[in-house]
Amino acid sequence: MTKQITIVDYGLGNILSAQQSFIKVIKDNNIDANITISNNPEIIKKSSHVVLPGQGAFETCIKGLSNIPGMIDELYKFAVLKKNPFLGICVGMQLLALDSEENGKHKGLGWIEGHIKKLPTQNLKMPHMGWNTVKLKNNLNSHIQPKETDYYFVHSYYFKCLNEKNILAETVYGINFTSIVVKENIYGVQFHPEKSSLQGLEIIRQFAEL
Amino acid sequence: MLKTRIIPCLDVKDGRVVKGINFVDLVDAGDPVQQARYYSENGADEICFLDITASIEKRNTILSVVKKTAEEVFIPLTVGGGITSVENIRNLLKAGADKVSINTAAINNPNIVKKSAEHFGSQCIVVAVDVKKIGNQWLVHSHGGTVNREIEALSWLEKLQNLGAGEILLTSMDRDGTKSGFDLEILSKANKVLSIPIIASGGAGTKDHFFEGVSIGGASALLAASVFHFNEISIKEVKNFLLTKKINVRV
Repeated sequence: MTKQITIVDYGLGNILSAQQSFIKVIKDNNIDANITISNNPEIIKKSSHVVLPGQGAFETCIKGLSNIPGMIDELYKFAVLKKNPFLGICVGMQLLALDSEENGKHKGLGWIEGHIKKLPTQNLKMPHMGWNTVKLKNNLNSHIQPKETDYYFVHSYYFKCLNEKNILAETVYGINFTSIVVKENIYGVQFHPEKSSLQGLEIIRQFAEL
Repeated sequence: MLKTRIIPCLDVKDGRVVKGINFVDLVDAGDPVQQARYYSENGADEICFLDITASIEKRNTILSVVKKTAEEVFIPLTVGGGITSVENIRNLLKAGADKVSINTAAINNPNIVKKSAEHFGSQCIVVAVDVKKIGNQWLVHSHGGTVNREIEALSWLEKLQNLGAGEILLTSMDRDGTKSGFDLEILSKANKVLSIPIIASGGAGTKDHFFEGVSIGGASALLAASVFHFNEISIKEVKNFLLTKKINVRV
């Protein structure tokens, strides 16, 4: 059956990059799929895969999402109740947490237990920007097996996982932080796979083939 | 470990590359997409387009270049040159640029940095600062280094950081095109006042220059044009050299 991959558009971020990367991946790998950009919860309902991108501040992103009537409910049904493949990218990954301390305290979707915290500076440049190594952890049961190599990051906050088993990969920048979270069908990547060359496209391929 | 980034810069005029790769048989060497793809397959960590289109009627040509590049090149793309408004920035980001680099507009109206960082996030706002050493201080210049704005560089950099710039592209106009090495003095001074990453630019001519830009200048990224375009040194050679010097790069 043709896959229906939907990238959630809530008015933020460079959605085009994510869209282009999926188009490239399904074309190069002959994956039978349609890529749709949408802000319509009805489209989420009909999707087989959902991608949640995100850029900028946590608060702006969660507000952007809650401003679309019915969107959060539909995403919850899609990912948590029906357990369909779901991928959060960058702030889209951080939204999966319980809350964030970026510019005050803001509630997240709360699907994966953890808090979004500021990376400690320790004389390091902020944001954490550029290519950094992703090391796998607890990956035995994961359906996505990223290559252990460098991916492109841009962020100043990180996902502090409360549950060790939700950590699929870690990266070091001052501290060892979670760079990929996983909970069954729900994946979140702190870096930008759509900007991380072949290894990034490979993650997108594995996700699209779920 | 976070890697030091190597960024080739391509000059684009009326939608065509005018300063770019000059040594491989690209089917169409004037095609920005082919040049960007070549670099992305040969070790570049990001690509930078500098739009030098002069005529106002042709200013939109860069948007279709960015769009086509975003369809085929999957590493970060920065676009600079001729940006005068938040609307310009929005259009470039919508076309697929990951970051924009603002120069003269930031000097004329610093508020554009603040506004665009708030709108789009600091991560996509690079401010390009062109400096010349005059007496014992560095002064900010605009219009490709031709107009002295009488602004002291270090205080300007701090101001840009406070306004929300995500990164600084620091070019020494004294060194640009000379192949005599980056201006390490201003780089290390800038590095002390800034907590945001600095991209060093202007003067790269040898592998040692790249090494010094990081080890002495403290740069997070190194940008160069002609040394790469004429294959005097390849990005891979620079990276292999940096590795022998214990600088972390992506290979």
